[in-house]
Amino acid sequence: MVNAYAIHPATIVEKIREAEDINTYRLQLVDEQVRRGFCFKAGQFNMVYLFGVGEVAISIVSDPDEPELLDHTIRSVGRITTAVAGLQPGDVLGIRGPFGQGWPLDQAHGCDVVIVTGGLGCAPVVGAIEYIFRRRAQYGAIKILHGVKTPHDLLYRERFDAWRRSPDTEVLLTSDQPDKSWSYRIGVVTELFELVSIDPPKSIVLMCGPEIMMRLGVPILMRRGIPATAIYVSLERHMECGIGLCGHCQMGPYFVCKDGPVMRYDRVAQWLGRAGV
Amino acid sequence: MSIASGMHGILPTANLQRLLDALSTKGYRIIGPTVHDGSVVWETVRSVSDLPIGWRDQQEPARYRLEQTGSQDIFGVVHGPQSLKPLVFAPREPLLQIERTKDGFAARQMILQPEKVAVIGARACDLAGLAIQDRIFLKDAYCDPYYATRREGLFVIAVNCTRALSTCFCASMETGPRATNGFDLVLTEVDDRLLIEAGSEAGRHVLGGLSLSPASEELIGEAAKCIDACARSQVRRLDHTHLPQALYDAHEHPRWNDVAGRCLACANCTMVCPTCFCYTVEETPDLSHQQTDHARSWDSCFTQEHGYIHGKNIRPTIKDRYRMWLTHKFASWIDQFGMSGCVGCGRCITWCPVGIDLTEELPALMTPVQPSVSRRHVEG
Repeated sequence: MVNAYAIHPATIVEKIREAEDINTYRLQLVDEQVRRGFCFKAGQFNMVYLFGVGEVAISIVSDPDEPELLDHTIRSVGRITTAVAGLQPGDVLGIRGPFGQGWPLDQAHGCDVVIVTGGLGCAPVVGAIEYIFRRRAQYGAIKILHGVKTPHDLLYRERFDAWRRSPDTEVLLTSDQPDKSWSYRIGVVTELFELVSIDPPKSIVLMCGPEIMMRLGVPILMRRGIPATAIYVSLERHMECGIGLCGHCQMGPYFVCKDGPVMRYDRVAQWLGRAGV
Repeated sequence: MSIASGMHGILPTANLQRLLDALSTKGYRIIGPTVHDGSVVWETVRSVSDLPIGWRDQQEPARYRLEQTGSQDIFGVVHGPQSLKPLVFAPREPLLQIERTKDGFAARQMILQPEKVAVIGARACDLAGLAIQDRIFLKDAYCDPYYATRREGLFVIAVNCTRALSTCFCASMETGPRATNGFDLVLTEVDDRLLIEAGSEAGRHVLGGLSLSPASEELIGEAAKCIDACARSQVRRLDHTHLPQALYDAHEHPRWNDVAGRCLACANCTMVCPTCFCYTVEETPDLSHQQTDHARSWDSCFTQEHGYIHGKNIRPTIKDRYRMWLTHKFASWIDQFGMSGCVGCGRCITWCPVGIDLTEELPALMTPVQPSVSRRHVEG
C-alpha cells in the first residue's frame, strides 16, 4: 500500500530571490529511487515540509520534462513559509506529492492560449508557459496578461521580457498602484482584455490569481465569445493532506486538492464567490 | 444439536461470558460499552460484569442521562458519545516520526501492527457510519494505511436496537434499527436471551465454536417484532428526498442566521459524528529539536482555522461554518461519495450544548421563505 503521507527529503540546490519576501527554491530529491520515480504535470503541487515546523501546499513551477529539479516559488506569509525563508542552498526540505490536477496542456494543442494572472498567481502558471514555449509549434498564439498591485510585486521580470520577444506572443503587464519606475500599463488585469485580439473558437484560457479577478474577468471573456468550458482556473484553499481527506479545501462538492487546483470554470462557476464556500 | 451456518443461535444472557471467552481465546482484545463519568464509553472489557448491566440512557437535545433500572439487561444503553469512529480513525494518529540527521532528516512511517480487536455493542447506525468511513478512507483514490490497519483487525459484534431514544432517526435514514450488514455477529436481546447470528465467515467460525442451540421461529419472530416496534417508536425523522439540491438552493436562507445565533461553534457535533472525517496534521518537535512527531488529529469545520488561507478566512462566521457542516453532511457528501453523510444516530442533537436539532433545522431550511417574511427580515 502506498503511503501518501511519506515525506521525502529534498536538498535546496539553488535559492533564487524573486522579490523581497519571495524566493524560488530549486529542490532535488535526495533518494535516487524517489527522484527517478517522480513525475508531475504543470499546475500540480507538492506539500513542502520543513523539519519540526510543518507542511504547506506549493505549486511546482519548473518544467515537467525535467523532474529531477523541482522549483517552488514561496512567499513568506505564514508560520511555515516564513521559517522556510531562512534556509539556504544545501539545507534540506521535505516533499510529498505531486498532488492535484494540472493544466490541460494536451487539450490546448493547436489552440491560442490566453494566460491571465494576478500577483503571485502567476507562479502556478509559469510552468505551463515554459512548457508551451518548449513545444512552441504545437500551440497557436500566446497572450500573457499579468496584473500586479505594485511594481514591487512583479516576479519573473526577465521571463516576461523573454516571452515578449518570442514570435506570435503578446505580453501585457499592468499595475494598479504603479510608481515612477513602472513602464507598462496602469490598471487591473481585466482591463487588458480589450487590448488583445482573441479568436474565441480556437482559444483556451488559463487563469490564476485572486478569485475576484476570476469572478470579474470570466464574464468579460465569455462576452468576447469564449465558452466557460474553455476557461481553466487554478484555485487556492487551505490544504493539509493533498489527497482529499483532511476536509479543509472543500468548495461545494469538490476537494480543491484532489479535484483541482486547476478546474474548468463551468464546473466551479456556481461556487466561486458564494459566501463561506 | 448445534446451529448450522447462517442460522440463528440462542445464548442465554447469563452465558454471554462464553462468547467473550471464545473471542479472547482467539486472541481478540474485547472492547465494549462501559459506564464512565455518567456516560457510556468504549473500554476494554474482560467480563460481562464490565458491561452496563441494568443501565439505560435517556437522550434529548443537549441532555444525556444514565439511569439504573435494576434489570439484568446488558444492552439497555443504546449509545454513548462515541461511535465506532475512534476505533478506526483514531482521534490522534502518529503518521511519521522524523529525526534530524547530519545531512537532513529521516522519516519513519508509524504504521502499527494490526491488532485484533472485537467490539461488542455496535448499533446499526454505527455500522452505517463505519461503512461511510470505509468508503472515504479505503475506497477513494488513496487507501489510508493507518485506517486500513486498524480496520483490518476489527471484529464487530452488533446489537439490534429494541429501544429508540428520543433523538434517534435511523429508521427514516434507512440505516437501522436492524443491523443488516457490516457485522461479524449480531445480537438481539429478548428478555433473558440473546438471539445471535453471524454476518461473516469469521463470525460463523466464532459462532460455530459456541455449540449453541438453534433459536425457535417464535423467538426469531419476537425479536423482529421488538426491532420493528423500535423503528415505529422513533419520534424524529428526516425527509431526505429532495437532497442534495434543496440544500444547495437554500444557501441564502435566513434560517442560517437563526441557527448561527444559537450555535456556539464548539465542534461537539463533529466530534461525536460517526462520519465526520476532517483532520489536521500537527508537528510536535522535542525540546532539543532533534526529533519530531508528525501526527494527525480530528479537526472540525467549526474551528476558526479550518477555512484559513493566508490573509483570508473562507468561512469567517459561525453561520458560514454551520452551513458548511450541514451542507456537507446532507448535500456535497452525496456528490463526493454517493451517499448521505448522516446515519441518523442523533448524537449531534444530544451532545450539542444548546440542543440544535438538525431534524428541525433541515426542514426549516428547505421551506421556501415567504416573500413577506423575507421582506420583514430585510427591514427588521
